[in-house]
Amino acid sequence: MTLSVSDVKRIADLAYIEIDEDEAKETLIQLSGIFNLIETMQAVDTSAVEPMSHAQSVTQRLREDAVTETDQRELYQSIAPQVEAGLYLVPQVIE
Amino acid sequence: MFNASLKQFSLQLAEKKISSTELTTEFLKRIKALNPEYNAFITVNEELSLAQARAADQMIAAGQAGPLTGIPIAQKDIFCTKGWLTTCGSKMLSNFVSPYDAGVIERFNQAGAVNIGKTNMDEFAMGSSNETSFYGPVKNPWDHAAVPGGSSGGAACAVAARLSPAATGTDTGGSIRQPAALCGISGIKPTYGLVSRYGMIAFASSLDQGGPMAKSAEDLALLLNIMTGFDPRDSTSLQRNAEDYARDLQKPLAGLRIGLPKEYFAEGMSKDVENAIEKALDEYRKLGAQTIEVSLPNAPLAIPVYYVLAPAEASSNLSRFDGVRYGHRAKSYGDLADMYRKSRAEGFGAEVKRRILIGTYVLSHGYYDAYYIKAQKLRRLIAQDFTEAYKQCDIIMGPTTPTVAFNLGEKSGDPIQMYLSDIYTSAANLTGMPAMSIPVGFGDKNRPVGLHIIGNYFSEAQMLNVAHQYQLATGWHLQSPV
Amino acid sequence: MQWEIVIGLEVHAQLSTQSKIFSGSSTAYGAAPNTQASVIDLALPGVLPVLNKGAVERAIKLGLSVGAKINSPSIFARKNYFYPDLPKGYQISQYELPVVQGGNIHIQVDGTEKNIRLTRAHLEEDAGKSLHEDFHGMSGIDLNRAGTPLLEIVSEPDMRSSAEAVAYAKILHALVRWIGICDGNMQEGSFRCDANVSVRPHGTEKLGTRCEIKNLNSFRFLEKAIDYEARRQIEILEDGGAIRQETRLYDANKDETRTMRTKEDANDYRYFPDPDLLPLEIPQSWIDQIKQTLPELPQARRDRYVSAFALSAYDASVLTSSREMADYFDATLKQLPAQAKLCANWIMGEISGQLNKEGIEMTACPITPAQLAALLARINDGTISGKAAKTVFESMWNGELGKNVDAIIEAKGLKQISDDSAIEKLVDQVLAANAQQVADYRNGKEKAFNSLIGQIMKATQGKANPAQVNAMLKKKLDG
Repeated sequence: MTLSVSDVKRIADLAYIEIDEDEAKETLIQLSGIFNLIETMQAVDTSAVEPMSHAQSVTQRLREDAVTETDQRELYQSIAPQVEAGLYLVPQVIE
Repeated sequence: MFNASLKQFSLQLAEKKISSTELTTEFLKRIKALNPEYNAFITVNEELSLAQARAADQMIAAGQAGPLTGIPIAQKDIFCTKGWLTTCGSKMLSNFVSPYDAGVIERFNQAGAVNIGKTNMDEFAMGSSNETSFYGPVKNPWDHAAVPGGSSGGAACAVAARLSPAATGTDTGGSIRQPAALCGISGIKPTYGLVSRYGMIAFASSLDQGGPMAKSAEDLALLLNIMTGFDPRDSTSLQRNAEDYARDLQKPLAGLRIGLPKEYFAEGMSKDVENAIEKALDEYRKLGAQTIEVSLPNAPLAIPVYYVLAPAEASSNLSRFDGVRYGHRAKSYGDLADMYRKSRAEGFGAEVKRRILIGTYVLSHGYYDAYYIKAQKLRRLIAQDFTEAYKQCDIIMGPTTPTVAFNLGEKSGDPIQMYLSDIYTSAANLTGMPAMSIPVGFGDKNRPVGLHIIGNYFSEAQMLNVAHQYQLATGWHLQSPV
Repeated sequence: MQWEIVIGLEVHAQLSTQSKIFSGSSTAYGAAPNTQASVIDLALPGVLPVLNKGAVERAIKLGLSVGAKINSPSIFARKNYFYPDLPKGYQISQYELPVVQGGNIHIQVDGTEKNIRLTRAHLEEDAGKSLHEDFHGMSGIDLNRAGTPLLEIVSEPDMRSSAEAVAYAKILHALVRWIGICDGNMQEGSFRCDANVSVRPHGTEKLGTRCEIKNLNSFRFLEKAIDYEARRQIEILEDGGAIRQETRLYDANKDETRTMRTKEDANDYRYFPDPDLLPLEIPQSWIDQIKQTLPELPQARRDRYVSAFALSAYDASVLTSSREMADYFDATLKQLPAQAKLCANWIMGEISGQLNKEGIEMTACPITPAQLAALLARINDGTISGKAAKTVFESMWNGELGKNVDAIIEAKGLKQISDDSAIEKLVDQVLAANAQQVADYRNGKEKAFNSLIGQIMKATQGKANPAQVNAMLKKKLDG
C-alpha cells in the first residue's frame, strides 16, 4: 500500500484539520512507516474469524424513559467560545 | 512521612496524629517546591484541595471515615472534575473548566479523598513518554534526563517522587503500566468495564480503562475498592457484586502456575530488563510458584492491531472538539469549515493529529474491511490466545517494557519506535483483561524495571495477591528516588 | 417516449418519548434555546450514551405493525461528519443491522390496492438546529432537538407516482400516530420525508440515476416536489442529458428543487460500530409483551369494516385515517348497531367537515359518539328528516339545550309528520287544489308528480315524512 501527499490531504480534509504542503509531506513519511507496520496484519488468514468489537460479550443495557436533566444552560455556556441569546454562535451556516 | 502507605496515612488520620488539612498542606508544599522541576502537575488548586481536606476532617471527627478519607490523591487530567481545569494535556482544552464530575471523581469524593491536583499526561493520552503534552514533558524522578513514560507520566512521577500518596491513571495501550514500570511504582489496569468511563475523556472507547497507580499492591487494592463499581451512565460498565480486592493479599503462592509467553521472552527485550525479570521470576519460584512456558502466537500483532483500532476510535471520539461549544477556537478564520479546520489544527498537537489521520484513513471508504475489520478479527485471535494460555497457567508474566526509561527527546521524532514501547502492554487492552506492573529492580543507568502481570478476566484480587507476596519478600517497591 | 417515475421514501419519525434517545433531557418542543441540552447532548468531553428503552419499544411497535422482522441483536454505528448542529461530530445511527428489517404497507390509489415494501427502520438521534437569523453575520445553534429519538423508515423504490408516494406517506403517518409512537406533527418536524426520485423508460428494468429531495414537511410539498423533480429529470433526458446523482432541496416558494450537494462532495461517513454502545438484544418475550399492547391496526380495522359492516373500501379507509376517527365510529356504532352506513356518512360528512372548518381535533369534538348516536337514532326511527337532523346537529354543536336531541327537536318543532291519517288528509287537500296537475300526471307527465310532492312538503314546512308522502301520493294517483 502506498500513500500519496494527496491521500494525506484528503484525509486531513475529512478530519477537518488544516494542513499545509510541508506538513502533508512530513506526515506522509510518518504515516507510510506506520502503515508498513500495520500491513503486517495482512499475513494472517482471518477469513473464518468474527470481528471483535468489545472486550466483553455483554449486551446493551436500557435506560427507563424519564427526564432526569434540568436546565444548566448558564453553567454550560460559561465555557463556550461565543454565545448570544442562549445560542452557540458559529460562522454563517449555509444550506 | 511522604513514604507512608495508604494504610499508614489512614491510621495516622484516625488516631488524630495528623489532620487531613495538615497532610494536604504538606503535600501541597512539596508539590510547590518540586513540581517546577518535575512538571508532574498541570493544575494545583490549593483552595479546592484544602476545602476537601477540611470536609474530610469533619468526616473523620464524625466517625464517618473510610479507608481513603482525608488522603490526597492526584487525579490524571483526563478525568473531568467539576470546577477544575481539565485539559487532557491539550491546548484544545486549555480553557476547559469542567462543569461536571467523572464517575471516578465522584467515587473519590464520596470516599472523602482529597484531590491534590491534576497530573500531566500525553495529549489525549496519546503517547508513551509524556512528551506530547501541551504542558511540556515530565521528568523521570529516578533520572531527570529520562522520560517518565506515558501517557500517565505525571501520575507515575507524582507517586514516585512522593508528591502524592497515590494517583489515578488511564490505560488504553499501556498508559498506566508503562509509566509505572519506568518510574518504579505499581499500577493496575483492571478488567475492561470495572471502572466507569463516564467523564474520562475518551481516547479509544473499547480499550480505555481507568486504574490506580501507587507505591504498592496493597495500596492498589484499597484504591481499586473505591474506583471500581457499576455506573449506569456508562453502557460498557459491568454490573457485578462489589468485591474486596484486598481479600486475598495474604494468600501464599505455593502451587501458583506462572505462564511465560515465549513471544515476550524473545528478541526485543534488552539484556538489563531480562536480568531483572529473571531475578523476579526466581523470587516467585522461591515463593512456591512454578513457571511454565506458554505461547501467544498472535501477540506480536498486538501493536499493528492496536494502531488501527485505537486511532479509528480516537478519530471519531475527537471530532467533538470543534471550537463550537467549548475548548479552543482559532482567533481568525474565514467561513465555518475554516473555523473548524484552523481550530482543530491549532488545538491538537502533532501526535494527536497523526492518530486522527490514521484513524480517519482506516475507516474511510474502501479501506474499512482491509484495516478496521481485519484488526477486529485479529483482536479476537489475540484474545483467544490468552484464553488458551489460561488453561495451562493461572497468571502470565513478562516484562512491562522492552527497555528501561529512554531519554527525553530520544524517540520523540520517531513515532514507530515510540509505539513499540507498548509492545507487551497493548494486548491486555485488546482483550480487556486486567494487567499490572510492579517494580522488580533496576537496569541500565539505574533506571527501574517493571514486571508485567497479566491475569484472566476479573482476577484482580489474585493478581494483587501475587504482587503483594513479592513485595512482602522484596523491597524494590520501597525504594524511592527522593 | 413514455417515462416511468420511480420513488422510494425515507421518513424520519420523531419518537414520542419523554426523554432523549441517549440522555435524560426532555424532548418537549418549543423550549428556550439550549435549555434542554445536557452534557451528553452538548457532547462534553467524557460523556457517554445510554439507550432509552422507550425508543426501542416504539421501534418494535412499528416493526410489529408492518409485519417486519425485529433484529436481535441490532447494532448502533457512528456516522461521522462535521456540522455545528451535530455536537459529537458523528450521529449515532444504525447501519448494518437495523432494529427493524422488512415489512409492508398497503396503499390505495384510485381504488386500487398496492403493496409498498419497507427496506428497514432504524433508530438514530436527531440533530440540533441552526438558526439563520443574522447574529452579526453568524448563525446560532440550538441543541434542544439534538438527541431526540428518530425512527428512520426506509421504503423500497416501489412507488410510481407522486400520488402513490403521498398515499404511502399518509398511511405511514396515520400508522405512527395510531400506534402512539410519534405525534405526527409535521409543522414541528416530528414527521419528515426525504424522497428518492428517478425516472426510466416505460417497460425497462434498470433504475435511473436518482436524486434525493430532503426534508419535505408536508404532503403537498411531497407531491409537488416529486412532480417537479420527475419533470426536471425527464426534460434533461429527453434533451439527451444525463442525471447527476445528488441531494436536492425543495423550494416551496418557487415550487422547484435545487442542488444541495452532489455525490462528488458527498461525505465519506466512515460508519463503524459505536464502541460506547453494546449490541442491542431484544428477547422474544419483550416482543410478545409489546404485541399485547398494540391496538387493532388500521389495515385490520379497514378489513373488518368492509366485511362486517359492508362499508365500501373507500369509506373504510377514510374512517381509519386516524385512530381517533375509527374509535369515534366504533363508539357511535356501539350505540346504534346495524346502522354502519348512516354512522359512517355522518362522521365522514358533518363531523369531519365541522372539525376541519373549525380546525379542531377529533379528540376535542364537542359532540360525543353517544350524542351523535342519539341524533341518528331519531333519523332512523322517522322522528326527524335527514334535513332536520342537520339543524339539530348544528344546535348540538353550538351546545344548545344541553345537546339534548329530543329537547332540540321539540323546541324547534322539527318533528316529522309520520301519522298516516294526517298525511292522507294533507295529500287529499293538495290533490283537490291541483286538479290540473293531477290530470297532467295521469296523461303521462311524470314531472307533475314531483311538483305535487313539493306542494305537500311546502304545506307541512318540510316536516312530513317524505317516504310516506311519496307512497301515499302514488297510491292515490295510481290506485
